[in-house]
Amino acid sequence: MFELKEMKPTRFGFGEGLCGLGRQYENVLALGADITSSVSMDFFKKEFPDRFFSFGIAEQNIVGVAAGLALSGKVPFMSTYGVFAALRTTDQIRVSVCYNNVNVKIGGAHVGISVGPDGATHQALEDIAVMRVLPNMTVLSPCDATQTRLATIAAYEQVDGPVYIRFGREAVPNFTPPDMDFRVGKAQVFREGGDCTIVATGHLTWEALKAAEQLQQEGISVRVVNLHTIKPIDEALLIACARETGAIVTAEEHQIFGGMGSAVAEVLAKNYPVPIEFIGMDDSFGESGQPTELMEKYKMTSTHIAMACRKVIKRKSDFKLKI
Amino acid sequence: MESEELENKARKIRIDVIRSLAEAGSGHLGGSLGLADIFTALYFFLLKHDPKNPVWPDRDRLILSIGHVAPVYYASLAHAGYFPVEELLTLRKLGSRLQGHPGRDHGLPGIELSAGSLGQGLSVAVGMALAGKIDQKNYLVCSVHGDGELQEGSIWEAAMSASHHKLDNLIAIVDRNKVQIDGPTSDVMEIEPLADKWKSFGWQVFQCNGNSTPDFISTFQEARKTFGKPSVIIAKTQMGKGILEIEGDYRWHGKAPSKEEAKKFIALLDRQGFSQEN
Ligand SMILES: [Mg+2]
Repeated sequence: MFELKEMKPTRFGFGEGLCGLGRQYENVLALGADITSSVSMDFFKKEFPDRFFSFGIAEQNIVGVAAGLALSGKVPFMSTYGVFAALRTTDQIRVSVCYNNVNVKIGGAHVGISVGPDGATHQALEDIAVMRVLPNMTVLSPCDATQTRLATIAAYEQVDGPVYIRFGREAVPNFTPPDMDFRVGKAQVFREGGDCTIVATGHLTWEALKAAEQLQQEGISVRVVNLHTIKPIDEALLIACARETGAIVTAEEHQIFGGMGSAVAEVLAKNYPVPIEFIGMDDSFGESGQPTELMEKYKMTSTHIAMACRKVIKRKSDFKLKI
Repeated sequence: MESEELENKARKIRIDVIRSLAEAGSGHLGGSLGLADIFTALYFFLLKHDPKNPVWPDRDRLILSIGHVAPVYYASLAHAGYFPVEELLTLRKLGSRLQGHPGRDHGLPGIELSAGSLGQGLSVAVGMALAGKIDQKNYLVCSVHGDGELQEGSIWEAAMSASHHKLDNLIAIVDRNKVQIDGPTSDVMEIEPLADKWKSFGWQVFQCNGNSTPDFISTFQEARKTFGKPSVIIAKTQMGKGILEIEGDYRWHGKAPSKEEAKKFIALLDRQGFSQEN
């Protein structure tokens, strides 16, 4: 079902989704924060010059402006690097957007260490944690460019309220079929398996599929779940995976503290505790380097995910022996 | 409303500000009293609005950026007919629609924005004014700011963007009482030369006495005529205006009157009313 079709940055999916929405819905607007071509907003700008507004390098203001537009019936999309979109603006998002519960859509671009040579200042590794803690916020983290397009459309069509959509700069595997269903809050089982479940988000879902393939050679059967919506989280599916496979590995390009893995652990600790291993940034900043070098150095590749699977399966059997 | 009626209305609003704060036992008296004349002029003379239809699409929008002066906002809305005046006594209490800082989620009619974190309201007002331009509506967006609030950097991001987008349907009002919680604004963080700052950000600048309704009204009407750029009214006010013994005293910024003080202050205002009416 999943084949590597091409390498494509997920940000392109955001740009395509935004243009699609622009053609269909008159009230969709885009607010630029100077780096419109980096975040693929320039297609919208070209196609709908009357509905694109430039606000310069002033992210706190853009968020408030977006809230004012949304309070007046518009659906503004703003986007800049995730570090600025989610972190510099956190108080504006908290009060003007989330407390007012308005229809503002925020694109967090160039997230994760895979942004590469720009280094730590530009590598958003805390945005999931900060966005998911805000009441009324929906947090989307699609797995490839195709799904990012669908997530962008869903942010408008399926959610009447604030949405944060996370996507990246680098070309990553584009592998999901374009006609695949995307329901906000509904996680997807991408591969069946019984020995453990990898819950992955963003482009690490592809790495998770690769890890599952490697493990199959060893006779280990691994389920892969693509958790494209981190909030609201699909509790039912996660609980079912814990019950049916007895062990979980989470994988995300984000800090382990407070990220998607933490969200999964919150659900399972309360409902169906099983051993969990976490793949992600281990409480440190990133650095400059090629994306592939960084993913290797900070242990977020399919090899590392496979190692975590072996470990968690061992923990599961030790746990059973003790009982 | 005639100017004397407006003065009398402002006096009644002051009385209700004091009543509600004394009942709440906490909150911000000084700024609320200082802004009573401006709020009266706005809600009883200047703004196009309909208390029977708070979400009328063509209404003028008032954005209160300084959520801490909620008491004068609530008292004005109540007197204008958005909700019963007696509800003012639920201010800051559990389950009340009158939150310590305005919160739309509690359902109080007339509230345009949940706000209280300083420096955010001007951006929201810019968004609303931009929406008005996109939709070719004639409504005005009016935002109310504190002078201390202008120390927030995001205010100046918003100011820059309002003139960039030529939002002449936007009027910002600065409550220039020259004090903030820690003391005189000039000691805490100087914001002068203030008119020059706004001018250099591309705004049309007006100055007036914010405790004189006729002066404020004529200034506002002048500002409304500005073409091609946003306007700011730097309104000189006195914190605690109306109660002589606390006027200008920054210690009343974040304080509510005790029950005894409230009784005394209200009696003073009642006497002013008596002399006004006779
Ligand atoms: Mg002040």
